[in-house]
Amino acid sequence: MENIKLECRNITKTFGKVYANRNCNLDVRKGEILAILGENGSGKTTLMNMVAGIYFPDEGQIFVDGKEVVIKSPKDAFEHKIGMIHQHFKLVNVFSATENIALGVDDGKRYNLSRISKKVIEITQRYGFIIDPDKKVHDMSVSEKQTVEIIKVLYRGADILILDEPTAVLTPQETEKLFNVLRRMREDGKSIIIITHKMHEVLSISDRVAVLRRGEHIGTVNTAEANESLLTEMMMGEKVSLNINRSEPKDSVDRLMLCGVTSVNEEGRKILDNISFTAKSGEILGIAGIAGSGQRELLEAIAGLHHLSEGTITYIDPKTEKEENLRDKSPIQIRDLGVRLSFVPEDRLGMGLVGNMDIIDNMMLRSYSKGKSAFLQRKEPKDLAERIINDLHVSTPGATTPVRQLSGGNVQKVLVGREIAAAPSVLMAAYPVRGLDVNASYTIYNLLNEQKERGVAVIFVGEDLDVLMELCDRIMVINSGRVTGMVDGRTAKKDHIGLLMTKSVEGEE
Amino acid sequence: MAENKKIKTPLFHIVNRGKDGVAWYYSLLIRAAAIVTALIVSGVMIMLLSGKNPIAVYTSMFNGVFGTPRRIWNLLQNVAILLCISLAVTPAFKMKFWNCGAEGQVLVGGLATVGVMMFLGDKMPLPLLIIVMIIASVVAGMIWALIPAVFKALWNTNETLFTLMMNYVAIQLVAYFLKVFVKDGSGVLTPMPQYGLPIIGKYQFLLNIIIVALLTFVAYIYLKYSKQGYEISVVGESENTAKYIGIGVKKVIIRTLMVSGAICGIAGLLLVGGTNHTISTTTVDGRGFTAIMVSWLAKFNPFYMVLTSFLIVFLDRGASQVSTDFRIPQTISDIVTGIILLFIIGCEFFLRYKIVFTKRVKEEG
Repeated sequence: MENIKLECRNITKTFGKVYANRNCNLDVRKGEILAILGENGSGKTTLMNMVAGIYFPDEGQIFVDGKEVVIKSPKDAFEHKIGMIHQHFKLVNVFSATENIALGVDDGKRYNLSRISKKVIEITQRYGFIIDPDKKVHDMSVSEKQTVEIIKVLYRGADILILDEPTAVLTPQETEKLFNVLRRMREDGKSIIIITHKMHEVLSISDRVAVLRRGEHIGTVNTAEANESLLTEMMMGEKVSLNINRSEPKDSVDRLMLCGVTSVNEEGRKILDNISFTAKSGEILGIAGIAGSGQRELLEAIAGLHHLSEGTITYIDPKTEKEENLRDKSPIQIRDLGVRLSFVPEDRLGMGLVGNMDIIDNMMLRSYSKGKSAFLQRKEPKDLAERIINDLHVSTPGATTPVRQLSGGNVQKVLVGREIAAAPSVLMAAYPVRGLDVNASYTIYNLLNEQKERGVAVIFVGEDLDVLMELCDRIMVINSGRVTGMVDGRTAKKDHIGLLMTKSVEGEE
Repeated sequence: MAENKKIKTPLFHIVNRGKDGVAWYYSLLIRAAAIVTALIVSGVMIMLLSGKNPIAVYTSMFNGVFGTPRRIWNLLQNVAILLCISLAVTPAFKMKFWNCGAEGQVLVGGLATVGVMMFLGDKMPLPLLIIVMIIASVVAGMIWALIPAVFKALWNTNETLFTLMMNYVAIQLVAYFLKVFVKDGSGVLTPMPQYGLPIIGKYQFLLNIIIVALLTFVAYIYLKYSKQGYEISVVGESENTAKYIGIGVKKVIIRTLMVSGAICGIAGLLLVGGTNHTISTTTVDGRGFTAIMVSWLAKFNPFYMVLTSFLIVFLDRGASQVSTDFRIPQTISDIVTGIILLFIIGCEFFLRYKIVFTKRVKEEG
């Protein structure tokens, strides 16, 4: 075909014995948006990293404008007008937007900030970006940082833009803005590749969809002819029904009551600002908000890891109905009190698990100090590890494999499995499905649902609003450490939650 | 790009072996190949630099280490001391506490021993004296490690600098001790073998070797099977995780360094009470630093440390034999030692990565 901009032919890439990509064929036309859809670990990012010069393919060829090219580094990629916007932004915090954009570009001319600034403004006007070129990156929101990354790539003259999970960190409104910009770029003749696993986004933005499964390219379909169940089937290789069974909460009683919880960080800024809510047994309370709105600190505060300056956290023991004040207790004191809080931290490997330890030793993290013996008892953790591997279908060579070597989904199963094994009465989970494939995500949702049915008060911090609305009984929305709304999960509207996520409370007071 | 310009594919690229790593026999093969290559390369170096026959040089190296029973005993004794100090730094290193102060900790342990020998030697029976020596050396080593540990735990000072500085303090303490208490003013303390640790049979170093062998087992079990060892690993891997599950990080830091310092104290006891029966500022002779390498090379496994400390002592003693036999400067032997170590450490690269040669796709026709 005439207007094929980029083509990958028979690309293969292995890591050790694992095929990340096997004989992948893919093409992108001029002026189209191609979505690459696939579960986590299906090789989407690896394939694109090879196009962007991060990895080098073991086999296969890449063609730009019909000519074979060799891309050994991101610099080579830019020479062929290919630019990638990664999931983790690569910006210098103390620099302004313009400075970040200029960084590393050698166009042979003298460094002149105002000239660059002019060009940046030209790009922003052309595609409808909204950005202040003089704003420092550390003052920017996630969405603004992403905008800088995109402009950076355009500034270098990219005609092929690759965006890796660009909407993962955005609110629905911000996503819509981004999509508008992408549509304008398409009209301008750019080729855009967007990596994602969110089905409805694929359907709303892309012209064609390429589906990858286990490193192989399953097929490319025109979006107009595709629907959700077809794509899911291509992605999973089988028909799957993805439904979350939301039961009505039974015998709900108050389990955890927060009142006026406030905390101040080292710079004197309020991270949590007068947060009050009640979590009830037998229900899932969702917490929605833009990343970094205080979700993590809130959960840490309940778990005794975050210092509060004001407010109370009252826990009502399910057996004795005695009220316990959790505030300012250390995690160990909370455990000694018999208060069972299971906490699945946001950063799975950083806090919940030790990457270099095997599954058995990670099981012990919770229980190792039990008993008077100076030596470790590995029998029970070993049994638990094997039970979790079996029950949750953890794919691992064995219980003695370091968890670092497991895929994200399996790491999460190990962590959630361990937390649930502690028979909690309050279970807090922060982004438990981040980086998980569809199947694994639903395993986790079902686990949370099971806990809810057993009368556990579940607090679920999520980023996918669709999931929050399907899973949770109530959804609390927070922004900048404040509660901006509490909605019913069964009747809530997505737009409404989106607005609450960005609503500033100042106006109300 | 011009139409007919040949497209240059790189000849090879480097690939991470990923989660599977390599099979054990393959890793053995790589290591063996590394040692053989090292011997060949250093053989060439010897020929170029000194004109000697490398085979003869290697023979003399081997002779210098294993040639006579006395040399073998010396080898074992040196391995034992180096291993003991390596065992001492390991718990701290596993916790990612960069204890560079083993040199000083061993030295103060030795100083405490010598002090007891000098001032209490004639005042109590030998068995009691030995018990006092043990206690004194262990406590001294412990205190020397405890000071940086407390500062690290409470005020997060940089332990690398702190422990390094403590070494100089320890050396100067010994110098001061020698100046004040050596009556003849020579600065050399006459050995006091009459107050030394007991000798088993006629083998002067046997006790040292047995003690360190026992310590190796204890250290292995402590690190792998005890709750405290587990806490050390968790704190070392991720302080956040440790806090999250309620481990008192400060407590673990202080406790681990006390263990570390105590073993250093024992090394000092063995050096002074079991070997030299005297002390000088160079008693430890840099082994506090060599131990860091031994521990790292063995990936903090006490049993592997037996091998790595043996390797280092072998190279060191062999090299000095070579320079006496051939009257070539010690520096050449040091170069050889360096090359061999470089290859052994460098082969780790091939265990973690592999080199993939690009397969050329057959152009049509």
